[in-house]
Parts: sequence; C-alpha cells; structure tokens
Amino acid sequence: MDKFTALTSIAAPLLENAIDTDIIFPARFLLLLDRDGLGKYAFNEWRGPGFVLDTPPYDTAQILVTGENFGTGSSREQAVWTLADKGIRCVIARSFGEIFYSNCFKNGVLPVRLTGADMDAVEAAAKAEVPVTVNLESKTVSLSDGTSIPFDVADHHRRNLLAGLDEVGMILTDHSDAIESFEARRSEATPWLNLPQAKLDALAKDGA
Amino acid sequence: MTGRTLYEKIWEQHVVANFEGDDCLLYVDRHLVQEVSSPQAFAYLDQNDRPLRRPDLHIAVADHAVPTRRRGQPFADGLARQQVDRLRENVGKFGIAYMPMNGDRHGIVHVIGPETGFTLPGCTLVCGDSHTSTHGAFGCIAFGIGASECASVFATQTIRQTRQKTMRVNLEGGLAPGVTVKDVILALIAEIGTGGGVGYAIEYAGSTIRDLSMEARMTLCNMTIEAGSRVGMVAPDDTTFGYLKGRPLSPEGEMWDRAVAAWRDLRSDDDAVFDREITFDTSVLEPQVSWGTTPEQTGAISGTVPDPDQITDQGRAARMRKSLSYMGLTPGTRLNDIAVDRVFIGSCTNGRLEDLRAAAEVLKGRRVADRVKAIAVPGSAAVRIAAEAEGLHEVFLAAGFEWRDSGCSMCVAMNDDRLEEGERCASTSNRNFEGRQGKGGRTHLMSPQMAAAAAVTGRLSDVRELL
Repeated sequence: MDKFTALTSIAAPLLENAIDTDIIFPARFLLLLDRDGLGKYAFNEWRGPGFVLDTPPYDTAQILVTGENFGTGSSREQAVWTLADKGIRCVIARSFGEIFYSNCFKNGVLPVRLTGADMDAVEAAAKAEVPVTVNLESKTVSLSDGTSIPFDVADHHRRNLLAGLDEVGMILTDHSDAIESFEARRSEATPWLNLPQAKLDALAKDGA
Repeated sequence: MTGRTLYEKIWEQHVVANFEGDDCLLYVDRHLVQEVSSPQAFAYLDQNDRPLRRPDLHIAVADHAVPTRRRGQPFADGLARQQVDRLRENVGKFGIAYMPMNGDRHGIVHVIGPETGFTLPGCTLVCGDSHTSTHGAFGCIAFGIGASECASVFATQTIRQTRQKTMRVNLEGGLAPGVTVKDVILALIAEIGTGGGVGYAIEYAGSTIRDLSMEARMTLCNMTIEAGSRVGMVAPDDTTFGYLKGRPLSPEGEMWDRAVAAWRDLRSDDDAVFDREITFDTSVLEPQVSWGTTPEQTGAISGTVPDPDQITDQGRAARMRKSLSYMGLTPGTRLNDIAVDRVFIGSCTNGRLEDLRAAAEVLKGRRVADRVKAIAVPGSAAVRIAAEAEGLHEVFLAAGFEWRDSGCSMCVAMNDDRLEEGERCASTSNRNFEGRQGKGGRTHLMSPQMAAAAAVTGRLSDVRELL
C-alpha cells in the first residue's frame, strides 16, 4: 500500500451531500476484474465539461472536498480504487459512509472528517483554488493564510497509512496464537458454528 | 454492573484481541463470497502466497452479474462470464463450497445464507456487500465489508473493527392492512435520514417486531444500511428457531437443543443502556414510495412530490432540486399520478417467497397495464421452486409478468436486466440512487404489493384500493 505522510494540492470542491458509491463508480464497471486503471471511470455519469474534476485547475487535484455522507451505499472498494487511480489521495468531507471510510485506509487514501467553521474554511480555500496541505503526521489541515485545523484519525489507521503497512500481515505476525486459542475455545463453547465438510459438500452438489 | 445490549454480548464473544479504545480483532464465523468483491481478495492471497485459513466457514455464489434468463441461453456478456468463471476457479483452488449457477441452491447471497442455515443466531457474519445487514434479522452481527477486508477474513478469519455505538429502534403498534415492513423501513429512513444510523448498530424491538415473520425481519435489517448503519439486528425468538430448524447447515439433534438454549440468552438485558433510543409508531403508516434519488426521499402514496421552495434548509432544498430534475418530476404532482414503464419484483430486499405471494395476491385475475414491462425474479432457486410448487409463477405469467431465474437482476444493473435512459421503474429493491438500475433510469422504491399495484394500473398506486 502507498504511504501517506503529507500532501499539498489544489482541492477540488464537489460540494454536494450524500454522494453514493454508485455515483463514484457505477455498478456496470464492477464487472472489471482488475483494480488498476479504474480512474477513468470515476464519477463516470457526471464527467465532462462543467464537472469539477474535468475543469482546470481541479483536473489535477489530489484532494477532494465534499459534503455530508460521502461514499454512502454499496461496499464496493472500487469506489476508493477509482479515486486513488485518478490521483485523489485525500477526501475531506463533513461525514462519510462507514464502509467507504474504512476502505480508504486500506488503499493509501486519507479520509478527513471536518465540520462547522473548519469545513467552511476548507471549502473557501478549495473554491479559491489555493493549495491546501494535509499532514497526517501532525493530524492537521493547513490553509495558505496560516490557519491550521486539527483532525481526528484512529491511531492504528494513522500508523498503518504513514508506514504503508499490510494489515493482514500484521495480524498474522502478532495474533496467530490468539486466533488459534480463540478457535479452540469457540469449538468448545459453540460447536455448532463449525460446519462439517460433508454438509458443505452436499449443499454445493445439491441439484447441480 | 449495568446490563449489556444484544450487540455488545455477541461482540464480546468474538473478541480475539483488544486494541486501543473500542478497537478489536474480531473473529468471523461466517463469510459469504460472491463474484464482485472477491477477485481482488483472492488475488491478495496469491500475490502474498498466503493460504485461506478456514475454507469451511465460507460459502460462495455468483449473484450480481448472472443473467436471470439463462436456461438454454448463452451467457451473453463476456465480462460477466469471466467474473463468474473467476469465482468458480478461485473457490475450487481454495476449497470453498460453491453453489453453481443452474443448481437448486443458487441465489442471492443474502437469500441463500439464511435459507441454507449458514446464517445462525449469535454468529459474526460478513460479506463484501453492504446489504449483509440482512442477516442481523437472526440475531447475529452481520455487516458489509470491502475487498481488502474480505482478504483479511480469507487469510486470518478475523477483521479489525471498531465497536459501534448502539441504537434501539422501538417499532410499536403493528401494521395496518396493506402496509408492510418495507413501508416501515422507508418511513423510518425518511425520518432519521440516510446518515441517521452512521456509527450505530441498530437493534429493532417493540410490539411490531414480535409479529413479523423472518422474511419481513430480513427486509427490515436489509435496508438498515440505507439509514447509514452497517448493522441491524433483531433478538432471536421462536420465530427465528422455527425458521432455522431442519435447514441443511443448521445444527441437528442434541446439538440443536444446545444451540437453541444458548440462543435464548441472546437478548438485550432489561437494564441495558443504548447510546440512542427512538420509538416509531408503525400503526399510523400508509404505504410509502420514494420520489427522489436517496431512500430518505420517500413519502406516503397519498401525498405529492414535495416542493424544494418550501424547505428552509438550503442544502436539503438543493439536493431535492437535483433529485427532482434527475427523476423528471414536478413539485405538487400527486404521487399516484406518476406513470411507470417498468416493474421489478425481486432483490435481496424483497425477493423471498412471502414477497412473491404478496405480489401475486394483488395480481391474481388482473393484467399488467399495456405499456408496462414487468419482471419477477425470485431471490433464489429454492424460492423459485417453492413459488412454482404453489402456482405463483402462473399468476405472474397470466398477469403478463416475465418469470425469471434467481439473481440480483435489475437491483444492480450489472447483468442483462437494466433500465434504459429515462425509464421509470416501480421497484422492490433497496436503492434509488442515480443510475442504480441503469444509466439514466428512474427508480421508485416500494413494497412488493405496491409494485404489483403499479404494474396493474401503470402508475404509482395505493395498493389498498386493490385489496
């Protein structure tokens, strides 16, 4: 995964609420099997003249500034892949769809939640086409007038994103023993949660 | 010590390791695998040379991309075929049970999970699909995840998660004739908004819940994600146990008795404290239809398309104008004057036997309006077989519906079933987002009965006038 430490970029204002993952990445492109090169499909139905990401200087923006509940709807991780492939490394919103929010961290994209006057200031900077700096080490968004706005991010998300770490690898390194002992306890306490292979085989063959 | 909620009890039973704050490594008992969110997760195993830890805790099926008119027909879409082929190759390679496309166990993940007994009370269940909240109807913690998280479940059978806050939604007063649980969840989302549940695990309780079938509870939990919450739950009871007994993967004999005894403890304690609690009077509800492009843009069928100029919240008014423009609607239009071109009965929300029965009840002896194209798509092969055994398909066919094979169909438009630009659809699915049922397509969400009524009259209609 790509590391994220700090980023300075023009921020594209897409100031609407509840932009869902079907808008970010329409379902029909989910048939594509690879995750590289998806950037051209980002906001496919909204693209073209007048759309902010197609309008200079915002066509090169690495930061997207948007409204409430960004990325609501489907769990498709393609919504993040398409943004990342298009060059968006940070999304600043008033709130996020939950699955989208967590998908961002797995793909080197930093989602930043800001509200109230802080968000008003970032929106103004985006509209004014002045660069915004997002710093994950100091957990701040800085504006050209010297304003520094702190934001919250979970420690482990921050750590993993700063280092570009593979979370699965870390779970296996640190917790394999705990997983094994959990499974042993689970087999004692709730044995019905284990599924006999014969039952699974029968089900898979059923009527095939 | 104060009591614990149902969510907290199941959560605590699945903690493998505690991290800072409310973060845990959570054990995953069940993983439903489908073709859309899995290829990149399987690729992760290949690229990092990792085994799949517990193949026995996963079952796989292709649902989003499969055509629903397929018997004896070629698989027309090359990309869709490739995606289904990839799933079959991957599950073969990693040893996961797979329900083939023309087999008797094929269906939408959220329909076949419960009907095979894969979904059980007290478990944690995940799937790379947001409507995984459906399974919470059985009193388990079920939620949708992204492809990276699917890879984590493959490799470790765990997932790192933050414990949610809890919200109890008390549904009180029962339902008037012609009003269904779909109307309840649409009206609830209209009230609390699509962001109303963000951060919360929702438990549904109250007098209305107790009388609901499992199928209705699944519809309710299914659409919980549309209120912004990943988790919707109902405490298991005799209705739950009755549904599960004898299912192929349900425990049997002495193990069944032991499981039921444990499941009876799965309820929020009387003194449990929820972070938020709301009560919703369901007795006064009318049938609902959505008029906009988010599920919260919904109103009673007797109402009119609302006027953004009457709204004080400028952000909300702007969003309404955009929705109405996309939907081609004018403020003040009576909802039941809106003509429809297509009707879709199916999906993981309303593609179950009870839904088909309810729609057939309205269609019996009637004909689909002349210019309307209508399809009925059972949520699973088992639903289709059961529906045909009681002759429901004949009712649909006689009314002028097409009767299809199981799949996600026109809910998601990544298969052969989709709206054309500008077409208006009465749909039993869960999302009315822009382009959701096809580029430029216009979706009105409603119950199966209401969709059947719209098919017959050719416009959005109050089903109560046809009962």
